[in-house]
Amino acid sequence: MSAKPGHPELAAEFIKDTERMHWHDKALWFVREKRDLASQSVDEWEELRSLANQIKTHTIDKLDFYLEQFAQNAKQNGIHVHWAKDAEEHNKIVHTILKSKSVKKLVKSKSMLTEECHLNPYLEDRGIEVVDTDLGERIVQLRKEPPSHIVLPAIHLKKEDVGKTFEKFLETEKDNCDPTYLTREARKHLREKFLAADASMTGVNFGIAETGGVVVCTNEGNADLGASLPKLHMASMGIEKIVPRLEDLSVFTRLLARSATGQPITSYTSHYHAPVEDGEMHIVIVDNGRSDILATEDFKRSLHCIRCGACINTCPVYRRTGGYSYGYTIPGPIGSTLGTSNDPKRNKTLSFACSLCASCSNVCPIMIDLDEQLYKHRQTVVNAGYLDKTKHNILKMATWVLKYPALLAFGGKMARIFVPIMPRSILYSKINAWGKKRELPPFPKNSFKELYKKRGEKK
Amino acid sequence: MKIGLFIPCFMNELYPDASMDTLKILESLGLDVEYPMDQTCCGQPMANTGCAHEADQLAHRFLKIFKNYDYIVAPSGSCVAMVRDNYAQFLEGEEGFEHLRSHTYELVEFLHDIIKPTSLKAKFPHKVSIHNSCHGHRKLNMASMSERNLPKFSKIKDILSLVEGIEFVEITRDDECCGFGGTFCVTEEALSAAMGLDRVNDHLNSGSQIITGIDMSCLMHMQGVIDREKFPIKTMYISQILAKGL
Repeated sequence: MSAKPGHPELAAEFIKDTERMHWHDKALWFVREKRDLASQSVDEWEELRSLANQIKTHTIDKLDFYLEQFAQNAKQNGIHVHWAKDAEEHNKIVHTILKSKSVKKLVKSKSMLTEECHLNPYLEDRGIEVVDTDLGERIVQLRKEPPSHIVLPAIHLKKEDVGKTFEKFLETEKDNCDPTYLTREARKHLREKFLAADASMTGVNFGIAETGGVVVCTNEGNADLGASLPKLHMASMGIEKIVPRLEDLSVFTRLLARSATGQPITSYTSHYHAPVEDGEMHIVIVDNGRSDILATEDFKRSLHCIRCGACINTCPVYRRTGGYSYGYTIPGPIGSTLGTSNDPKRNKTLSFACSLCASCSNVCPIMIDLDEQLYKHRQTVVNAGYLDKTKHNILKMATWVLKYPALLAFGGKMARIFVPIMPRSILYSKINAWGKKRELPPFPKNSFKELYKKRGEKK
Repeated sequence: MKIGLFIPCFMNELYPDASMDTLKILESLGLDVEYPMDQTCCGQPMANTGCAHEADQLAHRFLKIFKNYDYIVAPSGSCVAMVRDNYAQFLEGEEGFEHLRSHTYELVEFLHDIIKPTSLKAKFPHKVSIHNSCHGHRKLNMASMSERNLPKFSKIKDILSLVEGIEFVEITRDDECCGFGGTFCVTEEALSAAMGLDRVNDHLNSGSQIITGIDMSCLMHMQGVIDREKFPIKTMYISQILAKGL
């Protein structure tokens, strides 16, 4: 298998279209600013973050207990509970349930977990029509693209792109890219899909251990329509989605939408605690590498994530390189730490796709130490031997020189003599990555050390 | 009070004037400052590239050289953040480390928190905008962050306000990363340069004449962009403004 391109290559490709890069950056910065206003409207914002952090720390430390409590209570509510150790098991469980009910048409609301498990192609290969019903997800599904953002799946597309896509698949008017028109057409199209569906699938934002129910937050009401119309409702939930009590949920619902889109709350915060009348409800609880992360001291806090996307919106790297530059289901800071935890070889460039600015950790409603995790994950990559050998050797050599001040001083002296007289064609040759878009600083005659010494001699 | 002056390796080689101004400011306040000649690098480039083994050797060297000073002062937010936040992995439990960690300060932070000068001799009648470099900003807490819902402050502005005639100009995204990021500036060359250009344009559009800040590395990166694009603005390290008139 040929090596997949890393973040730097994919980023450079995205950046080539400067106008689009700036458009993408501004679209996400707009969301970040809305989030700032929303968070500033809550006086106790920082206390809420701290509370959320404490609740998650407690829950993740006692996850086995709360998962069992959740499962027991869910069963008492008449919900079927399944456990999947990985993506394959998850997909098999879902398919088995669908097959037993002879389901041909499935409607889904947003779920990054089913993206992570590649459920759609798995089911489609087995003859089941899968329709994503979140508007953004439907757009990218029609285009056969993965979501480029966990909350805003089609944020990389302009309204003109959406107009063209709908023209092709929904037979909308030619060159009409009026957002209201397109949304109405999508609504018509999706309404038919909802009515024809045999089963529905949702993700889970929160599973409440105390009550054995799940909570799904959407703005479009698509999860509600899906979960209410067909008689079969399945929900996929990562093991980390648990909160202990119903009252704990209020801390997270106050943080989630404000952090995600700057709304006080999502339009729909729906609690599912039992199947619909004469229907069935299933919850599939998925590990897929999460308990391995739980076992690491440095990275287990990445399981506190509530998938609000705030770290993605604020990330100056994501805003300028887009979701696909990461080559992982979840982009941005949170995706880079999860991706490196799950597969450091495949995702070896992700922890380096970060300037360590730490905006992510400060915007995170759960106070996850994202920048510190990305800093630490670079050691994961180096220790596993996946750092580029040339770069590693340069740093090894530099370290050796830096242990001998006289040698460093000599090297510096030589550079200050020769760099200024080098022809530009050599100084700015291909190997000078700095010099592609930037001038080098002028080299001074003396180092500080030399000036300091001279000054001492004068005194 | 004996102060050990730590000059970041690249500043020693490339920015002797900004480094000398750092020393001058401290001496002008009557402080006893010494520059230990054996110092080289804190190991940040290695640590930020995941090379813990290499960073570990330089951290030990740094501790040996600086542990006996009452305070260690450096003209750099990110090198100080390295000592304060990242050295523990290598030096936890070593003799002198706790003292080193809690007594290493960035220049402006040291002036603001410890020396607390009420006046400076400097005059600088120009329009100045501040680059809040990430490590100084979010690790050393030099100013309030746009992400947080906490009272507004800026230690950098407080100290610069002592300079006669200085006029502050506000930019639109006042704590966005410039894209230098250490080895990031070459690993992610296209992105780093694009981020730098965006930052410089923000300062330029604000009507600023001088971009200043506490991290020379960020300013070097932005100056590189300015020189290539021939923009009518320039960067100046904060010590060079504070030392005017000395």
